Amino acid sequence: MKKENLFGVAAEFRTHEDLLRASEEAYAQGYRKMDGYAPFPVDGLAQALGKRNRVPLMVLIGGIIGGAGAYYMMWYANVVSYPINIGGRPMHSWPAFIPITFELTVLCAGLVAFFGSLGTCGLPKPYHPMFNLPEFERASQDRFFLCIEADDPIFDVTKTREFLHRLSPLTVAEVPK
Amino acid sequence: MNAHDASPGTDHGSPTLSPLGYPTNLFAGKETFEGVNETIGSVVLRDRQPRPWWIGFIIAFMLLMVLFLAISWLLIRGVGIWGINIPVAWGYAIVNFVWWIGIAHAGTFISAILLLMFQHWRTAINRFSEAMTLFAIACAGMFPLLHLGRPWVFYWILPYPDTMKMWPQFRSPLVWDVFAVGTYFTVSLLFWYLGLVPDLATVRDRARKKWQKIFYGVLALGWRNSAAHWQRHQIAYLLLAALATPLVLSVHSVVSLDFSVAQLPGWHSTIFPPYFVAGAIYSGFAMVITIVIPVRKIYRLENLITLRHFNNMANVMLVTGLIVAYGYFIEAFMSWYSGDIFDQYMMTNRVLGPYGWIFWLLMLVNVVIPQALWSARVRRNLVALFLVALSINLGMWLERFVIIITSLHRDFVPSSWGMFFPTIWDWATLFGSIGLFLTLLFLFIRFLPMIAISETRELVAEPQKAMTL
Repeated sequence: MKKENLFGVAAEFRTHEDLLRASEEAYAQGYRKMDGYAPFPVDGLAQALGKRNRVPLMVLIGGIIGGAGAYYMMWYANVVSYPINIGGRPMHSWPAFIPITFELTVLCAGLVAFFGSLGTCGLPKPYHPMFNLPEFERASQDRFFLCIEADDPIFDVTKTREFLHRLSPLTVAEVPK
Repeated sequence: MNAHDASPGTDHGSPTLSPLGYPTNLFAGKETFEGVNETIGSVVLRDRQPRPWWIGFIIAFMLLMVLFLAISWLLIRGVGIWGINIPVAWGYAIVNFVWWIGIAHAGTFISAILLLMFQHWRTAINRFSEAMTLFAIACAGMFPLLHLGRPWVFYWILPYPDTMKMWPQFRSPLVWDVFAVGTYFTVSLLFWYLGLVPDLATVRDRARKKWQKIFYGVLALGWRNSAAHWQRHQIAYLLLAALATPLVLSVHSVVSLDFSVAQLPGWHSTIFPPYFVAGAIYSGFAMVITIVIPVRKIYRLENLITLRHFNNMANVMLVTGLIVAYGYFIEAFMSWYSGDIFDQYMMTNRVLGPYGWIFWLLMLVNVVIPQALWSARVRRNLVALFLVALSINLGMWLERFVIIITSLHRDFVPSSWGMFFPTIWDWATLFGSIGLFLTLLFLFIRFLPMIAISETRELVAEPQKAMTL
């Protein structure tokens, strides 16, 4: 298959230990554009593949924006834009603004956690080249895959195939685009 | 014998399937990935459902139709079809709202707090209790909206730039409530759905019919099980659990402020937030037990949900029940100690007035009967435990009735005293909401995996984590 039509080369493994070891070796070999596929979260796999995770920082920022935004909204609404005297309390009666500040902090942080985690994964995404691999539906059942992608700088169809074969996989297959 | 065979509560025979097709024991015999996928994942893909599911669903669906009837009549005629009046402007709608929102709390408690404590045995029940939370909030949220009188303009409570340049009055607990319940529902929904996504992908990849491939394919959002997906999924799931945990405490506190910020005798009390939160967890666990005992019996989940689960849940009920009883005592003590004649009269009227029999019934079912939980034999006897849980369900509903109706019906000025009598539409809405809850629960069991598949696979791959089961 020509390189232009190739998404990558995938190796299939039987256990999560095999996948983890293969990922570490591939990273040590210098491959960077690759991903591992497993039917459950494997401890340390993402780190072995050098994947970075910005979700916690995004959630923190989301929470801060939610809280500050909520307080500002209430202050603007009830002090500046539409001040009303409620039982003679001060206009800027901050203790009454705390519950909604808290709730919107949690709400915004939660929305960012959900959409941020899906968004950084590029989801929702109905089509992906990996689905072209016939065995790939077992990635959600009982098999483990490592795919080295064609746009990796040191990718070479023959050399990468040979490298993956040395990792004692069940099969090695080319993934078309 | 391998490591996880030694875990308590498992039997070593071949796995028996429940009528719904779920394994009665996740870790007996078929400890392979394929076994887990097949036993849990293929249930939702089957064409025919067993008889117990149909019987339950039909009863629930008929109750749901009662709810639709009651709501339709309400929209035609207005809130006058209920027994509410002046002075008792908050009737069953608010009693039911507080009752349902309390029930929701146990689900979050089980799923989020146990996740943060790395209690892997929660895998058996967490998805189910999260769904219960979600459906209970849906039932709860419906009531204040219906009680508005004109539910179609509910958005007036929300802050939006309208042409009259009006803003909500953010010092009002009723506005806090909108944000608290809205946040609780949204975060619970996100938490539940994020946990479901990998399992939906499993079901998608096992589906053979076209509509199933499309249905589960769309819901799975293109999940590929990649390392990057799992990394972000796991951290987001953990963060959502951490965010949901303070919500357990905050939502019912805010609900209680609806009452305690008002100046009405019987409502104006600082004990309300902690005592409402304890009551919420109390009633929530009672509802979990009420539902799980028959489900476990009918679907033969005895090895999955063990007597240890029930014993622990009963212990939680005993502790929270004592906090609630203390709340009742302090309310009575403070109304005497305050020296305020209106407060003192409220308490006398609550105990000896026209609704006094409800107060004494409340004391019986919510304080006296639950003391049976001190006995380990009662905690492990499912018939007795079921009856105690039913008694607490009733008791927590009566508690809200006592707080709302006896406080409202006689306030400061005798000329404005009145009585509240529920109408048939009050009852239809209450039982109809139970129908909504159960219908959603049955549909959930039918179409979505009731037990977390990917978490179970993780336990198969790393059996030492299952040791806590």
